[in-house]
Amino acid sequence: MSIALYRIDDRLIHGQVVVGWGQPLDCTFIVLVDDEVRDSDWEQDLYRMGVPPHIEIIFASVSEAAARLPAWEGDARVGIVLVPDIDTATALVGQSDRVKKLNVGGIHHRTGRTERLRFVYLSEDERAKLRQLAAKGVDVTAQDVPTARPVPLAEFA
Amino acid sequence: MSEPLRGVIVSHSGLAQALASAVSTITGVAGALVPVSNEGCDNDALGDRLRQAVGEQPAILFVDLPGGSCLTNSIRYAKQHADIAVVTGVNLAMLLDFVFHREITPAEAARRAADAGGKAIRVTAA
Repeated sequence: MSIALYRIDDRLIHGQVVVGWGQPLDCTFIVLVDDEVRDSDWEQDLYRMGVPPHIEIIFASVSEAAARLPAWEGDARVGIVLVPDIDTATALVGQSDRVKKLNVGGIHHRTGRTERLRFVYLSEDERAKLRQLAAKGVDVTAQDVPTARPVPLAEFA
Repeated sequence: MSEPLRGVIVSHSGLAQALASAVSTITGVAGALVPVSNEGCDNDALGDRLRQAVGEQPAILFVDLPGGSCLTNSIRYAKQHADIAVVTGVNLAMLLDFVFHREITPAEAARRAADAGGKAIRVTAA
């Protein structure tokens, strides 16, 4: 399988993803699944600035990602799929049965959320949605960087 | 220009605070630089921190890396506000130069910072 990581991260492409995960995984493509960014040329330019030239960034809507996941999983290269939030992850899982593992990498504080881990803040609704993903057979863990322990869902949601 | 440029250092973790502190210690100039960390922030929260740090005056954003959330949010902010320039690869040398040359435009300050910061990177004889 060449998608080495499915990750929820509200910063999308940033240092932990490109360097922290990208280097040890030898990642050479990142799929950014976000309907809003998919439709914004300048937001895409912004995210392209954040990666070294050997990493390709693919911008996809949820439906495009669901359709292309089999091809990306068959790619000889190693890739990372990024979504910005739990709703997008839920939508992707709803349209594709390819997502078996989900890494919660960064969901930061907002009104209505409480701290579950140093890098994970969740509302009650978001906790329920993560548990629903697990009930569908997705292995959900929280882990900001590869050297950290993957925290099982039961410990944070 | 009516008032000196404000410098905002945008970094991961505590780097911005440490750089601002070092500049103040070396030069005795206080208040020219405002540190902003991305610690604990999503993109919206970091945008809010930038807004508070810049205020209503022209500014230059000194960003740590030429990629990542500090840069993307700084550029996003600069696109939405006038008189904001962004320079990456912040180092102590460019900040020391900046605090004594703040009566220029943000664009001029960015070019000057890139020059001063680049000149400080040398391989010295053993």
